[in-house]
Amino acid sequence: MEKPAYNYDIVKSFVTWSIIWGVVAMLVGVLISFQLVDPRLNLPPWLTYGRLRPLHTNAGIFGWAVGSFFALFLYMVQRLCRQPLWSNGLAKFQLYLFNATIIAAAVTLLLGYSQSKEYHELEWPIDLMIVVLWVIFALNVVMTIFKRKDEGMYVSIWFMVASLIGVAILFLVNAAAVPVTLFKSYSAFAGTNDANVQWWFGHNAVAMVLTAPPLAVFYYFLPKSTGVPIYSHRLSIIAFWSLIFMYLWTGAHHLLWTPVPDWVQTLAMAFSIMLIAPSWGSVLNGYLSMNGQWHQMRENYLAKFFILAITFYGLQTLQGPLQAVRSFSAFIHYSEWIPGHVHMGTMGWVSMVLFGAIYYLAPRIYGRELYSVPLANLHFWLVLIGQLIYSVSMWIAGVLQAAMWHSMEADGSLTYTFVEALKEMYPYWWIRGLSGTLYLAGVLVFIYNLYATARGSREQATRPATQNA
Amino acid sequence: MWEKKPALLLILATAAILAGTIVTMALPFAWVNTESDRIASVKPYTPLELAGRDVYIREGCNNCHTQTVRPLVAEVVRYGDYSKSGEFVYDRPHLWGSRRTGPDLARVGGKYPDDWHYQHMDNPAAMVRHSNMPAYAFLRQNPLDPALAEKKMKVLGWPYSQEQIAALNGKTEMDAMVAYLQKLGSDIPWREAGKIEMAGALANPFAGDKAAVAAGRQLYLDNCAVCHGKDLGGGIGPDLTQAGAMGDADLFGLLNNGRPENGMPGFAAIGQAKIWKIVNFLKAGKVS
Repeated sequence: MEKPAYNYDIVKSFVTWSIIWGVVAMLVGVLISFQLVDPRLNLPPWLTYGRLRPLHTNAGIFGWAVGSFFALFLYMVQRLCRQPLWSNGLAKFQLYLFNATIIAAAVTLLLGYSQSKEYHELEWPIDLMIVVLWVIFALNVVMTIFKRKDEGMYVSIWFMVASLIGVAILFLVNAAAVPVTLFKSYSAFAGTNDANVQWWFGHNAVAMVLTAPPLAVFYYFLPKSTGVPIYSHRLSIIAFWSLIFMYLWTGAHHLLWTPVPDWVQTLAMAFSIMLIAPSWGSVLNGYLSMNGQWHQMRENYLAKFFILAITFYGLQTLQGPLQAVRSFSAFIHYSEWIPGHVHMGTMGWVSMVLFGAIYYLAPRIYGRELYSVPLANLHFWLVLIGQLIYSVSMWIAGVLQAAMWHSMEADGSLTYTFVEALKEMYPYWWIRGLSGTLYLAGVLVFIYNLYATARGSREQATRPATQNA
Repeated sequence: MWEKKPALLLILATAAILAGTIVTMALPFAWVNTESDRIASVKPYTPLELAGRDVYIREGCNNCHTQTVRPLVAEVVRYGDYSKSGEFVYDRPHLWGSRRTGPDLARVGGKYPDDWHYQHMDNPAAMVRHSNMPAYAFLRQNPLDPALAEKKMKVLGWPYSQEQIAALNGKTEMDAMVAYLQKLGSDIPWREAGKIEMAGALANPFAGDKAAVAAGRQLYLDNCAVCHGKDLGGGIGPDLTQAGAMGDADLFGLLNNGRPENGMPGFAAIGQAKIWKIVNFLKAGKVS
């Protein structure tokens, strides 16, 4: 059979840049975690916690995660459709625009140009850049799908398509604003409406950026890395449709007990609980695929990344619905517990999947076997331990903090002032900063390993870049 | 069959995504911010307050401070009356936030005098021991831009006067920030509504108790000294060396309810026992 001319160069470039922005995100994360411990580390006006935290989240979500998904989608769509990209030129332009957008984002956030909405801080000119970026990316992926000769579309393609549509809808609505100057705009929505739109966006950014794409990656790269097929095609269909249907109802669980109408909150709570089913559909599909193959957890470092990733996805999708219940939200919301939850998803689930997929790609894009499997194992353990310490310390801190906030005396007065509760957080903030440093160290090992692979610094088995595993 | 037809997949996936979107995102617009939601006393921001709000957004204060008080007992005692939808109709964008590294600010307006805010923004740890908030003294260096402020008011379509715009000349971002903070949550008269009326004679439960005076001294240093001085000599707030001349019950009422019109916050949240101890310390009239 004639072999199509797959474009792996663009995949390699996106991998390189996503990792660069990932390191920026993690460095800033470590810095701001220590700023909480010692406010003298804030260097106003540009390097304060308030301006750096959006840089941390934007670089992490849009630089590292989305950058990697660009790489992996462009890889998967070619392989799954057995077609070269619809347009290599467009993909190249997408790479330049991606980096221009992230640089513009970083500079403007440090200058304080912000719409203040979480994960949507960037001002309107950069929003426009993102719209163009997403349209050309979606066009390239969808046109490649339409071009394919194979009849069926694998489950990864459905998750990719859902993500392309979902992000477009969410982003366009939440971006609605009235510009005052080039760097200042006011939201098109006010107060309670604005909050409800924002968290419809915010929570579904988690669905369409940090759930559907890594699931697409997981469903493709787990079988590729282990040589075992996905356990059930039917289960993946059910999980897919119920996931993308249910997710959109849940945004207001971020707004329990606020002035948002009660019925919106109740729907959000109910659908959040229901979401356990489709989430665990994918988790179980992953686990059951490994039936009779669990020995690979010892022998195949790629299996470790993917199975731990899907495990954290499973834990995340149990903990999230728990937090979405009114009574538990009343206690835990706004506390340190929340960053513990979020980072299990970002550091445990999304990043783990990305590490595994990039390791799988390394021989294919660099043309030789991975420089060192022991280093990949070291990377695995450093990020796993770093993430566990991070999340567990924040959960303990969050319960302590929430208990102190809510504690009352018999005469109806508060047991603790706000600062008395804050004072108790310092030891946990230290632990968080150190655990983040450990995670970052693991990522530096990862980068060194890829760098050494790309450079070919050792007598390594070489393989042609287009050869298939 | 859709597995073989990408166009059908696109359409079905879009429909699945739009279902929840329409019900939970679009539909609430039919209720929220309509006439039934509005509160007559809630007014748009003035040019000065709006400038302060924009500084709040620029500095990312919402990354550490929320602006919604939930209807939960400990929260209402700590921060004040729970938030109503109608209080936010001019908030574009909303600033409800998601984390409380610092306290909620929805009801901070009128809690402290202006001077407290200026000094706190200059150096937070000097006013609140153990605070990890960054210092924002640099806001004093940045003058406001009246032309930009007017443009913003026009874009938002809010009422303003030329006097209000002219008054921005010579003012700094710090002035704007303090004006904004003092407006927060004070459009509805919740402090007056929450005031405790003292009925009958209040008896001092610790009269003549030396241990209570010592405990009151520590409570004074923790809660009162930043404004009234470690030696009772005054500062942001008045000299208290003669406060003991007031009657026990009057002093208790003053500490409990505060005098918001003069910038004195009420301290009901720390509880009656602690307030009585501070009263006994003030009656004793000496720091050491």
